[in-house]
Amino acid sequence: MTATPALGRTAAARTTSEVRSTKRFSPLSRGDGRRAWLFLAPFGVFYLAFLLGPTVWMLVSSFFNTSTVHAGLGSFAGFKNYGEMLTRSDFWSSMWHTLQFTIYTTPPLVILAFFFAVLTNRIRRGQWFFRLAFFLPYILPSATISLIWVFIFTPSSGLFASVQSALGMTPGAGVLASPNTAMIGVAVATVWWTLGFNFVLYLAGLQEIPRELYEAAAVDGATTWNQIRYITLPLLSRTTTLVILLQIVASLKIFDQVYLMTSGGPGISTQVALGLITNTGFTDDRIGAASAASVLLLIVIVAIAVIRQIIDTRLARKDA
Amino acid sequence: MSTTTAPSRRKSPVSAAAPAAGRTSGKTSINGRTFTIVSVIVLIVFAIVWLIPSLFALKTSLTDNGTAALGATNILKDWNPTLHSYASFFQAGDIWNWYFASGFTSVVTAILTVLFASMAAFALSRLKFRGQNVVFLLIILGIMIPGQVLIVPIFQELNATNLLNTYWSVIFPQVPAVIAVFIFKQFFDGIPKELEEAARIDGAGIWKVYWSVVMPLSRPVIAAVTILTFVGVWNNLLLPLFVLSNPNLMTIPVGLATVQGSYGLRYADIQAGALLAALPLIILYLIFQRQIVEGVTGSGLKG
Repeated sequence: MTATPALGRTAAARTTSEVRSTKRFSPLSRGDGRRAWLFLAPFGVFYLAFLLGPTVWMLVSSFFNTSTVHAGLGSFAGFKNYGEMLTRSDFWSSMWHTLQFTIYTTPPLVILAFFFAVLTNRIRRGQWFFRLAFFLPYILPSATISLIWVFIFTPSSGLFASVQSALGMTPGAGVLASPNTAMIGVAVATVWWTLGFNFVLYLAGLQEIPRELYEAAAVDGATTWNQIRYITLPLLSRTTTLVILLQIVASLKIFDQVYLMTSGGPGISTQVALGLITNTGFTDDRIGAASAASVLLLIVIVAIAVIRQIIDTRLARKDA
Repeated sequence: MSTTTAPSRRKSPVSAAAPAAGRTSGKTSINGRTFTIVSVIVLIVFAIVWLIPSLFALKTSLTDNGTAALGATNILKDWNPTLHSYASFFQAGDIWNWYFASGFTSVVTAILTVLFASMAAFALSRLKFRGQNVVFLLIILGIMIPGQVLIVPIFQELNATNLLNTYWSVIFPQVPAVIAVFIFKQFFDGIPKELEEAARIDGAGIWKVYWSVVMPLSRPVIAAVTILTFVGVWNNLLLPLFVLSNPNLMTIPVGLATVQGSYGLRYADIQAGALLAALPLIILYLIFQRQIVEGVTGSGLKG
């Protein structure tokens, strides 16, 4: 809601310099300034109110003992919230579980998506069927995929336990009930759910590789394996980097599957960063401490986003 | 599960792909055909694996609760499909509230996002103004800030403005989808300037250029952004989970999450609920397959 005065001020500043700047612009865009701000205003208001504003508020309240119990920021805490988070063992274990989830999901999500896309791309007819099979889970709500997989992992009578029995194995207490396997269960559900996204990205990348490259390589006697190794893989490296970095950022934000499938349990064995943040903020009513944890998570996410930007610019330059 | 099968999966492209080498040389075209057959078989196997969870959920939802409680083997053996679980969901009435909440918030958010993001992108792409670089920097910054991390301050803000437990508390925080501005800008940049200049010489104002020249040309992006926003809002759990506590206002994911525990052993009902939550999206996907896929690749590559 603080947006309008800010925008108004800048628009006013713009008009004073209008005479000076019009020279550089084509006659058609003369006087665009004020109207440009009008076009930006509706989005700008929401951007400031629900993205930039909350970010700034979060930064500020992370230095205070803010709580939902009393109004306002509460007493000044300095770096106490950060100190508390960085020394709390459950903060580090939630970060570790988030990393664990990333380690479990990223390799299959990259390798399988690449493999399925390369094979699908070679097929002329019936591509729609594979697109449907691999991509459809991606549009399902997390609530749906969680209910489906919790049911599959039901101890002793679930589909997974039945498959285990059929294979002569003894089904245990259930994948999601053991601290050692609960995160694997969440990861399996996630790989099944989100593979379609990477699959589609790879398919798009494959379609941009000119056929002539393969034909030329085949004339030179390159085997298909070499074609994949020396043409497909390098030309898809940009997609692969993108897929890996998107996956890491997505993993850092994981919440839904864990909340719905294990609610962080058994114990805190699947408690992830966002779970810890919402627990601290909403269950313990400690907004300041939750804000500090959020800021720490945000720093990691922004760092990865910056790395992605750098890699992407490098690769784009190499492509050009 | 995935860890045990991964190595064998990884080996397959090598052996399966090898015979394709001769495809272009003509002499070994039979090998090319063999390769295609092998890859089709491999793909079909994996496609079936990928379809099993959904199909199993569907089968369970069509079984009666008693049989479903006996376990997976009984569910697969049972051949008396019943719509009982679906019927009881529709009779209970909650689902209609959930559908309305999800539908209303998704549609309104999609409309506001498309309108506001396209306007902002229009300004960034077609107009020149002081501060353009600053705005652009803010947009890039916005892409890096994930909304999920802001759940605590957004909750406080909605609380302070008395918006908690209204549909607006779900809609407003999802409107500034910075990625949508990016997708629109990317597309607008590709529209030839001449079209716009011709319209302007004919006396059209900026608003008219936006509304009557640029937007009609942008139907594919509008469709993609609309559908992606719709799906995103429909599937969102985190935000509505914390900002809606009134059961009458709950969106489908929240409704399902709260009901899950109370359903106990009524497995068929739970699976029916899971599929009902996804049904509108599955229908949308089947209709707008191309736009959804293009939207996903667009948002992924240009994000």
